[in-house]
Amino acid sequence: MQQLKELIQEATVLVSGSPEAEAVRMLQICNACRYCEGFCAVFPAMTRRIDFNVADLNYLANLCHNCGACLHACQYAPPHEFGVNIPLVMAQVRKDTYMTYAWPKSFAALYKKNGLTTVLASSCSLIAFLLLTLWVNGNLLSGPINGNFYAIFSHNTLALMFGLVSAYALLALSLGIFSFWRQISVGDISGAAAAEATHDALTLKYLGGGHGDGCNNEDDSFSLWRKRFHHFTFYGFMFCFAATSVATLYHYLLDLHAPYALTSLPVLLGTVGGIGLLIGPAGLLYLNLRRNTEHGDKSQKPMDRAFIVLLFSIGASGLVLLAYRDTTYMAFLLAIHLGFVMAFFLTMPYGKFGHGFYRLAALLKNAVEKRQQNKALFGSE
Amino acid sequence: MFDVLVIGGGNAALCAALMAKEAGASVLLLESAPKEWRGGNSAHTRNIRSMHDAPEDVMSEAYPEEEYWQDVMKVTGGITDEKLARLTIRASSQCRDWMQKHGVRFQPPLSGTLNLSRTNAFFMGGGKALVNAYYRSAEKLGVKIRYDATVTSLDIQDGKFLAAYVGNERIEAKSCVLAAGGFESNREWLKEAWGINEFGEAPADNFLIRGTRYNKGVLLKQLIEMGADSVSDATQAHMVAVDARAPLYDGGICTRVDCVSFGIVVNKNAQRFSDEGEDFWPKRYAFWGRLVAHQPGQIGYSIIDSKVLGRFMPPVFPGDKADTLEGLADKLGLDKVALLKTVQEYNAACRVGTFDHTIMDDCHTEGLKLAKTHWALPIDTGPFYGYILRPGVTFTYLGLKTTDRAEVHFGGKPSNNLFVAGEMMAGNILGKGYAAGIGMAIGTAFGRIAGMQAAQAAQSVFGYQDIEHAAT
Repeated sequence: MQQLKELIQEATVLVSGSPEAEAVRMLQICNACRYCEGFCAVFPAMTRRIDFNVADLNYLANLCHNCGACLHACQYAPPHEFGVNIPLVMAQVRKDTYMTYAWPKSFAALYKKNGLTTVLASSCSLIAFLLLTLWVNGNLLSGPINGNFYAIFSHNTLALMFGLVSAYALLALSLGIFSFWRQISVGDISGAAAAEATHDALTLKYLGGGHGDGCNNEDDSFSLWRKRFHHFTFYGFMFCFAATSVATLYHYLLDLHAPYALTSLPVLLGTVGGIGLLIGPAGLLYLNLRRNTEHGDKSQKPMDRAFIVLLFSIGASGLVLLAYRDTTYMAFLLAIHLGFVMAFFLTMPYGKFGHGFYRLAALLKNAVEKRQQNKALFGSE
Repeated sequence: MFDVLVIGGGNAALCAALMAKEAGASVLLLESAPKEWRGGNSAHTRNIRSMHDAPEDVMSEAYPEEEYWQDVMKVTGGITDEKLARLTIRASSQCRDWMQKHGVRFQPPLSGTLNLSRTNAFFMGGGKALVNAYYRSAEKLGVKIRYDATVTSLDIQDGKFLAAYVGNERIEAKSCVLAAGGFESNREWLKEAWGINEFGEAPADNFLIRGTRYNKGVLLKQLIEMGADSVSDATQAHMVAVDARAPLYDGGICTRVDCVSFGIVVNKNAQRFSDEGEDFWPKRYAFWGRLVAHQPGQIGYSIIDSKVLGRFMPPVFPGDKADTLEGLADKLGLDKVALLKTVQEYNAACRVGTFDHTIMDDCHTEGLKLAKTHWALPIDTGPFYGYILRPGVTFTYLGLKTTDRAEVHFGGKPSNNLFVAGEMMAGNILGKGYAAGIGMAIGTAFGRIAGMQAAQAAQSVFGYQDIEHAAT
């Protein structure tokens, strides 16, 4: 059944003019040239193949970090009649991957207008939380003092709401990643392969350009800023995640209840994370706005930017809430922050968030298959 | 007025511009191409042949001067200038730090290039990445760069450069470096040089140009007509057998066809015309362009069977495919009877031993007028594949005679302020033949010398004396 499904997919996506057909055409040119092998993992993985099926394309597309180096170095890039633009075609195939593996299937369309999706999700959850606050608190301004937001929404209410939504988001996302994992058939993962993939993901090795000078943004010059801002964003997020986890442990294991002191671990972690989520997304947005128009897929810019702005909003609203938690604005600020966080969970399986998991799966496959014997060794020069 | 005018926009021109700028000169670089096509043939290169006495970053083992020199002797058949060749070789061992300083990055040898890992340093991302890095560095240092600036003629009096013309615009400079490439994109000149063959055809009509469309040789022609000393002749060109479907210009590396030594190659009369197994393909592929150029219709047909699939670099265009040789003959437009006869004779003559395409194996033919000396396997397992070949010109050898100071010479006398680098003078070292990465070695060595000399020449006009220190 799975095979049949893949055959059908193969037949439908490889029609001429589709991103997948274009990717095959371009990869055949790349495979006869190979000048870009040193930039990233995509090209060495390409040389391990002679032809490319849809699973290969999905794998390679998600291995591509859209650094732009191969476009600027390409002797066959537009205006050459071969019109090779690997960052563009890989971005298009990536979007198709996300849509193919979206669960449930009918929600795949959310990727099509993802900027709108994120904005709507944010607006709705903001309004919902503001209304909810009005309803339980009577008004938006005067709140309980001492930063005790459980006085507005009880711990159990919040835990239930966010628990349910995030459980659903994780389930949907996992189902998608799992199908992707199956399709690209990762194989047996050795400890070394897992360690390498983890390292490559956590250090964003492939935004380094192979030479360590970084990736391209406006033009053919290299910069490490995209990598750095992404680190701020990712690790900022992880600090926030850690803050929530620690707070949960405090609550259930130690019976220590919020609000926590400014010097407490959850608040410290959350503050550091929040600052990361200010600097990282702000920088990424700045770079994104200045990005060379030939890089990647224009139609995905709204998705990228909406996600970036959402993360920034979570960080900013969180920090403001912390700063004013002892004032009468607390209820209002809490509603705003919770609104953004809820929007994040709602769009998690249908937006940019998933790219990290697809990329990690592709990096794992890369680490596995580079340790296997290469069957495509040709007469050497 | 600028101190130094550099005419050209590829590797040699950029090296010259950077060196002149580093030596303190003001520099204007005129690139004939628009920005998106800048860099000439350098944008299609991938490595530089580099002498080294011990392993260095991306280079394994050692490639000493003597071995490099012997390689130059071998490929040129001795038609070279030993002094200039050795100068290039030594320079190739010292230039990589300077290249890195200007943003060039190297990468480990590409897959499928094992034999080059000891001799050649590969540019990360290839030649266009190198060209980009040099342009960035040049802009940063303050070299003035103009694109779409085709120099149409030079004003030279008594061997002294006065000015260059871009159309009607007169651009004066104290000294000038010519690094504007060969003339391979000048179809008229190629036709004039190649004339009409014994079949009544103009062979050059069927040449594809593997590199830039901007190498018209305008200044090369003008200078030679003006009495500048030249080397080599206009029929000499580096020619590779490329896929006939390659674009007319800028097909670059990917249009090569790597399966020739795995099968047979016939002409349009379905007759073989050379030993397909003479040597490893990379050593032979530059000969096949010329071989095909001398066949009627300047066309060749590489024919293989299914046994050898997957043993050579994947071609950029799929071959014609048929279950039978008759079917393949139809697809390729060859005479069926003649092709079958050629293949049958070849198959019958094959003496198959142990096939191994990584060594000069013992599979050969016996009794054929034209032997295949290695890798001779019968062509008997369908489906069969055919690739149509055309001559692809990489560059021309005709150039300006020069010495270790890179001056242009008129009647044996060096110019004081006109210098030459790159393809415009590579013929001094390469009378014929080619070894991978040597063009970039020559371009880098002489680009740097020419830039330095031009800066000195410009500054001596103003009485500067102490400029040697700026060289490093």
